Amino acid sequence: MTGPVPPAGAPAPALSVRGLSVRFRMHGGTHVAAVTDARFDLAAGECLALVGESGCGKSVLASALLGLLPENAETAGAALLGDGTDLLTADERTLARTVRGRRVGLVPQSPAAHLTPVRTVRSQLEETLRELAGVRRPDLRKAAAAAAERASFPLGHLDRYPHELSGGLAQRAATALALIGDAPLLLADEPTTGLDRELVDRTVDELRRHVGDDRALLLITHDLAAAERIADRVAVMYASRVVEIAAADDFFGDAGPRHPYARGLLNALPEREFTPIPGMPPELSALPGGCAFAARCDRADAACGTVPALTGGVPLSTGAGGASTGAVPVSAGAGVACHHPVTAALEAPRA
Amino acid sequence: MLELRSLTAGYDRRDPVVRDVSLTVAPGESVGLLGPSGCGKSTLARVAALLHRPDRGQVVVDGEPVHGWRHRAPRDRRTAFGVVFQQPRLSADPRLSLAQIVAEPLRATGRAADVPERVPELARTVGLGADLLGRRPHEVSDGQLQRACLARALVLRPRWLICDEMTAMLDASTTAALVAVVEEYRAASGAGLLAVGHDRVLLERWCERTVEWRELTGATGATGGSAAHPAAE
Repeated sequence: MTGPVPPAGAPAPALSVRGLSVRFRMHGGTHVAAVTDARFDLAAGECLALVGESGCGKSVLASALLGLLPENAETAGAALLGDGTDLLTADERTLARTVRGRRVGLVPQSPAAHLTPVRTVRSQLEETLRELAGVRRPDLRKAAAAAAERASFPLGHLDRYPHELSGGLAQRAATALALIGDAPLLLADEPTTGLDRELVDRTVDELRRHVGDDRALLLITHDLAAAERIADRVAVMYASRVVEIAAADDFFGDAGPRHPYARGLLNALPEREFTPIPGMPPELSALPGGCAFAARCDRADAACGTVPALTGGVPLSTGAGGASTGAVPVSAGAGVACHHPVTAALEAPRA
Repeated sequence: MLELRSLTAGYDRRDPVVRDVSLTVAPGESVGLLGPSGCGKSTLARVAALLHRPDRGQVVVDGEPVHGWRHRAPRDRRTAFGVVFQQPRLSADPRLSLAQIVAEPLRATGRAADVPERVPELARTVGLGADLLGRRPHEVSDGQLQRACLARALVLRPRWLICDEMTAMLDASTTAALVAVVEEYRAASGAGLLAVGHDRVLLERWCERTVEWRELTGATGATGGSAAHPAAE
């Protein structure tokens, strides 16, 4: 599988995550490693789906990209926007005034909780337009309607309060708000949780449409069907690490995932084998020394006592935190972090 | 037999969410109920679990019509039902440890003596380790908490299981694991299942029979008369 490499030599990626780690200091000096050494690129016009089970660290990654981590978080590495802004080191003032909403748009999980309950959708759209786009009074009403239309939010519902909206409409209202700043990077954190399949399909299709050619979308989800529907590439996270990045066509197609965890996750789908991965993920506060999946993996052996690097199909930049600048365009195109990746399309007995 | 006969239910008598719905689950049978968001299927599940009194219609459990709901239902009636809801965070007391959450139905029914035996046994069944059992909900993931909620639903060995979008918040592997636990329990106990959801692929794979919400309304009025007049009181 040498195919799935994003177009090299393209303009600087919309988001370039380099060795991003987040850990939380807990009482008694213990640490919870929520994200460990994540690295991937996201190009304009591309949709990367970050999948994994709840508690694997994917939402913490999103919070890190928005500078919304709590006080006890320690970060390492870099997360560079297309213009070179490092989201991890930018100060709160920069984040608040120039990043959130303007350069990074957030489509939130549970929009009903994200919207202000005491104000109508129109009022929230107008406020956001005023703050982010500088629209003023006489034009505000028209601009709010236009913003709503962009996210297919029905104009007749603009004067409703969030609790008067169905899940699907609340989602669109939140999407409309996220799109106002025309941010080149959209973060969607579990945007479809609790929606039924039809609404999931419609929501992700709309997100995909908004991405177009010049924006990038990081879709964080546990819904593999949603990921399959719109993603160009899939990144699988397990126990704080990105364990596989693959082209969506390969991942969901005949080739299949190469990491045993990713393969197990896919096989757990009711349309596939519907068999769970045995065991449970390790605690992020007590990760094993080697591969975190080894305890649940039938391919594990002595080699799995060391953490496998994300490799395969791309040059390996060993251990270099943010120093691998030379290899930026391809270093995070595709790869798998496993000592014994699955290579055959159909699960063959291990040689 | 769990029979829902011409049920009309909701939160406002003038505008019921469920109108004249009938559905029967045979002993040991698994029925998947499919419907879009907001159609009223969760309300029906609550009625079936004796948690919400319908405005009209009848629920008949093993031949006996139900008269009391919630705390007014006799204990042996209430404990015949195990219920798992969509959002484990909203259905678990944040002050209790997972072990206490699982043990609560035993304590509430005066069977605290069974706790030392039943709780570890169920924890193993649903895949919760001893370290997780000591934690409170905010210290575990949605998937882990839902495992505890499923264990709680099974702890009294119910004859009927009502699963309302049990897996909507969960990843594929946890979904498959919890469904396997339910099916193992049903195979061993012969319990019937009403699984409510919107994921057709999942419910068709899980249940022996799936029904569409729209097929249930009006068409199968079991108690005769014109079923298509929800407004007539």
